[in-house]
Amino acid sequence: MEFQFAYFVDQLINGVTLGSIYGLIAIGYTMVYGIIGMINFAHGEIFMIGTFLTVIFFMLIIGTITFFPLAVLIVLLMSVLLTSVYGWTLERVAYRPLRGSPRLAALITAIGMSIFLQNYVQLLQGARNKPLTGILEGKDDILRVKYDLINTLNAAGQPYLVTISNLQLLIIILTVVVMVVFSQIISRTALGRSQRACEQDRSMAALLGINVDKTISMTFVMGAALAAVASLMFMMHVSTTDFFVGFLIGVKAFTAAVLGGIGSMPGAMLGGMIIGLVETFFGAYFNQEYKDVATFTLLVLVLIFRPTGILGKPDIEKV
Amino acid sequence: MTSPMTQPMTQPLLSVEHLTMRFGGLVAIDDVSFAATDKEITAIIGPNGAGKTTVFNCLTGFYKPSVGRLALTWDGREFLLEQMEGFVIAKTAKVARTFQNIRLFPKMTVLENLIVAQHNKLMRASGYSVRGLFGFGYQGKEAEAVEIARYWLEQINLVDRADDAAENLSYGDQRQLEIVRAMCIEPKLLCLDEPAAGLNPRETADLNKLLLFLRNEHKIGVLLIEHDMNVVMQISDHIVVLDYGRKISDGEPEAVRNDPAVIRAYLGEDEDEELPDIVKQDLAGDGADDGPETQA
Repeated sequence: MEFQFAYFVDQLINGVTLGSIYGLIAIGYTMVYGIIGMINFAHGEIFMIGTFLTVIFFMLIIGTITFFPLAVLIVLLMSVLLTSVYGWTLERVAYRPLRGSPRLAALITAIGMSIFLQNYVQLLQGARNKPLTGILEGKDDILRVKYDLINTLNAAGQPYLVTISNLQLLIIILTVVVMVVFSQIISRTALGRSQRACEQDRSMAALLGINVDKTISMTFVMGAALAAVASLMFMMHVSTTDFFVGFLIGVKAFTAAVLGGIGSMPGAMLGGMIIGLVETFFGAYFNQEYKDVATFTLLVLVLIFRPTGILGKPDIEKV
Repeated sequence: MTSPMTQPMTQPLLSVEHLTMRFGGLVAIDDVSFAATDKEITAIIGPNGAGKTTVFNCLTGFYKPSVGRLALTWDGREFLLEQMEGFVIAKTAKVARTFQNIRLFPKMTVLENLIVAQHNKLMRASGYSVRGLFGFGYQGKEAEAVEIARYWLEQINLVDRADDAAENLSYGDQRQLEIVRAMCIEPKLLCLDEPAAGLNPRETADLNKLLLFLRNEHKIGVLLIEHDMNVVMQISDHIVVLDYGRKISDGEPEAVRNDPAVIRAYLGEDEDEELPDIVKQDLAGDGADDGPETQA
């Protein structure tokens, strides 16, 4: 009994860690959908670029900055900055010229940009896996420090120790902090208000003097910044990346956004958590190989029974 | 055909010259010129399809006029509206507008609707800095914006509804809120597209009071499209009549009311004994003269 509980807690920690990463990426999908009603299918690739930038920046500075937490902070800031530039450019180059054209055009561009970015990274960085482990070898010990939570015996009578590592704590805490900061920006600041105004009625927002193009650009920048935070977490958690990594994670984060109710920020975070937990628990209790099937089955069920997602508000047609 | 022009002698706030708007072969506005001054309410009337809303769409940057000059002059500065982008017209030239249908931000609170209209002032105060992005460094300006919003809510008696979602207000209150939201950008020219549509007589009276207050106390110029002749005749200082995209009359209410060209436009060629008011009431019902109702 005790072991069952310990195993559950262990998986819970894993699931929340994974869910944090999905959630942060999902916010990028949901914010862009909210403001221009378009699925930015290249968002997964923005995340992928974030992972590469993380590797590159770690490589550049890890030799000179020996205090590891500082190195992480610097890499985080630089990668957020540069990934945001990618996000901004993506919108400027691929989406803004097509504003006002049919939705299908924007969708096709998004897919095109996704393929383009994959190939761009593949050409520049090669197709092989890029591991972070070798670069951080011996320097990131502080992240591996573990705290014992439950100490028990498993079914076979061997000791079973449930721990939480500094890395897992960092991921969870950073996610909470980023979420709080972002929801404050959206609800309290002039920028956030203009974003919500553009979401609800873009042409009216323009008539009140709001620069709609700039507001949309800022939304892409914010989404990309969150993806960059997620990519740093992902790299420290999974340790390896390649040019195709954005695809599956992007699809899952998109699923999370739809599950939570696309357009809703808390929904995206909740959806990310659910996807992370379902995936982890299914893998832990049933079958590791089929964990993605479980995730997408859940998506199908939610879409059948609650098409607007968990926190999404159904569109009531006014007469 | 037209009555003598009663252009004010002062420099007009808005001067529309030879405005023409074509959509392919269709001429929606054909060489219309008129002027509007500050501290005056200028009404644009005419049967459905006369091109009234199209004039507004040209003024606020939705359409680029095919021909014409739209000059706005205040504080010695001149803005050529036909050359400006939509949001710059509101931001720099200070032209505000409402629509035939309600275009509040429904999910925002009443107060937020008024603060979002003061966006540019707040963004300037934030200095566009990273700190400003996170909302620090301009709390003073925010408080000021709330004060201004509160002032306007007092004018329309909605102070106690400040934190309700805008969509939960009654129709009449939403109309008034839209007008004061437009006032929050501190406009020099306020364009109102059928503000009285769908209001009951009491709400209409409140609206008249509000518009007169804006004209008298805030010294702005109001451009008004309205079918409700009670509103038009009671509060406008100057009326422009359009029919089939052409200006057929322009002058003070009394002169326009008796202008044969106007009566002809509303009643048709034969002047029979039909009461003009009934016909005009008929016309008041629907707003078929369409603006861009969907998202641009």
